[in-house]
Amino acid sequence: MSAPIATIERPTVAVWKFASCDGCQLSLLSAEDELLAIAGEIHIAYFLEATREVSDGPYDISIVEGSITTPHDAERIRHVRAISDTLITIGACATAGGIQALRNFAEVEEYRSLVYARPDQIAALADSTAIAEHVPVDLELRGCPIETSQLVEVISALLAGRAPVTPTHSVCVECKLAGRVCVAVADGVPCLGPVTQAGCGARCPAFSRGCYGCFGPMETPNTTSMADHLADQLGLSHDEVAHLFRTFNADAPAFRSEARRRERAATATTEG
Amino acid sequence: MELDAPVLLSVDDLDTLIATLRTDGYRVIGPTVRDGAIVHAELTGVGDLPRGWTDEQGPGSYRLHRRDDDALFGYAVGPSSPRRELLPPRHRLWTAVSDGDVGFRVREEEHVPAKLALLGVRGCELAAIAVQDRVFLHGLYEDQVYTANRQDLLLVAVECGTPSGSCFCASMGTGPGIDGGADLTLTELFDPHRFLTRAGSTRGQELLAQLDHTGAGAADQDERTHRMDAAAEQMGRHLDTTDLHDLLLGNLEHPRWDDVAERCLACTNCTLVCPTCFCTTMEDTTSLTGDEAYRDRRWDSCFALGFSHTGPGSVRSSTRARYRQWCTHKLATWIDQFGTSGCVGCGRCITWCPVGIDITEEVAAIRATDGRRAARTGASP
Ligand code: SF4
Ligand code: SF4
Ligand code: SF4
Repeated sequence: MSAPIATIERPTVAVWKFASCDGCQLSLLSAEDELLAIAGEIHIAYFLEATREVSDGPYDISIVEGSITTPHDAERIRHVRAISDTLITIGACATAGGIQALRNFAEVEEYRSLVYARPDQIAALADSTAIAEHVPVDLELRGCPIETSQLVEVISALLAGRAPVTPTHSVCVECKLAGRVCVAVADGVPCLGPVTQAGCGARCPAFSRGCYGCFGPMETPNTTSMADHLADQLGLSHDEVAHLFRTFNADAPAFRSEARRRERAATATTEG
Repeated sequence: MELDAPVLLSVDDLDTLIATLRTDGYRVIGPTVRDGAIVHAELTGVGDLPRGWTDEQGPGSYRLHRRDDDALFGYAVGPSSPRRELLPPRHRLWTAVSDGDVGFRVREEEHVPAKLALLGVRGCELAAIAVQDRVFLHGLYEDQVYTANRQDLLLVAVECGTPSGSCFCASMGTGPGIDGGADLTLTELFDPHRFLTRAGSTRGQELLAQLDHTGAGAADQDERTHRMDAAAEQMGRHLDTTDLHDLLLGNLEHPRWDDVAERCLACTNCTLVCPTCFCTTMEDTTSLTGDEAYRDRRWDSCFALGFSHTGPGSVRSSTRARYRQWCTHKLATWIDQFGTSGCVGCGRCITWCPVGIDITEEVAAIRATDGRRAARTGASP
């Protein structure tokens, strides 16, 4: 381990992409107000989305977007870990396998032959997995995409040598602090806010939509009670409940197990 | 405290009252319809009030409906409470500015006294303000933010004619009628539409003197009594408070806590809508350049893990421990701490719990299978 980031004059940063849509990396570029200040404080030494400069490392900070879906990427992430002092994963792909983890619940072989002209040329792993399942991760930033302000906060915290303020409680806290009217209670809209980690500022409830769970499970997710309520009180079918949990964070353990439970219940209902 | 005889105000007089307050420099906060609920917002006149609206509330459910009259206050409390005005959800306490190599300067935020008037405040809310006063004004420390917002606070209260399915103020002795605690107290009466109005302070008297009111007669007083009796009958919920403190503290291992923990999402909604909850946390951040550091205070909740984080982790890691802490604090240990109940019976936690957990029902279940009785008779609870 090298010197603490906070003691380094202008730490070097690399931004890496694995299986992902680039949306989270772009959140860094869309930090318009802070971008100049960021550029002044850190040296972006590897960021293909933004600059042509490519240095070989090692790097003080690596920011990793995307999930691991191929044997080649599984190797590459080990190399990234080896040449990085602090490794931060950003977004639902890197922290939970992303939307592409839906394949974890299906037969990859079938997809492969349906989608590609020469399936034999495709080297894909059976599952799409989070970075932390392959290498130790120092800090995870949730979201699909991540919230720019949270990334700026994490960088500020690293530079100052302090803990970042990225609470793990529910979205409901942000929703209530912002003074929004609860769409679940006042409108009967299915909302995953109570079981989802904060970070987005309760953006969807602000537009009278239920939370889609982009930030993955909160610290103590009681997904079973949530799902029971959606089914018993709001009248959703087991399949509909399963679908709510099977989106960007489908493979996050609490969402995965609840979707499974509902799927089994749905099968039992049709068979019974 | 009632000063002088009650008078009658018309709807127009009420509009004049709001205008007068605004001319006097008050920010008038009161109920209005937004996003399918009755919330608090700044009012410019009676036109902003939820005229002809009512609410239907129950565990985990809230809906607005049209009334068949023009009532201005024909509904119960919504998700907002006076607490938001008195101690805002998030505010900066200070900023530390770097002086280069010399050190740093601390710039404290100024807490300018607010000229705030709350209109349409209910009995349970007056009680809740009194509960928070004990914490922020009369406790060990006087809170500067709360004090600045509270010291010139003007209260125009309204007695509850239409309690909701979640209300139980009658059980807690905080409503639906109001005996003092406000500068003015209104009771909405119909045919003709008018407000029986009582002053509860000299400020209230002065305000009334500026308005063009008429005297109230015995018939008006009788109608008020009748309406309040009817409202007390309409309480959606009831909480038996007999021996409540000892009942709860004598049942800390009751199986009902496990049962409620299975349903509770630990989402914090119950605490964030509660008008008496006062817990906050500090958030310390720095600017990107490291030239400034900030200390902000924001509302926190005993249902969040971080709230009870001490040393290696949370001392209340299970949801069972957190729900039990919340419920026993509200109804029992609050009395030890502040000499009052921490619950005023407003019903917000029942309505705004996404899975409809009902504090009155949880307590009733514990009372029905009181473990102390079982212990005394040797049976298992
Ligand atoms: S709208 Fe959703 S996020 Fe907001 S309080 Fe209700 S359940 Fe929670
Ligand atoms: S505990 Fe519930 S009913 Fe009691 S004051 Fe708080 S929100 Fe109202
Ligand atoms: S009691 Fe209801 S509102 Fe309170 S934390 Fe539990 S689920 Fe959320």
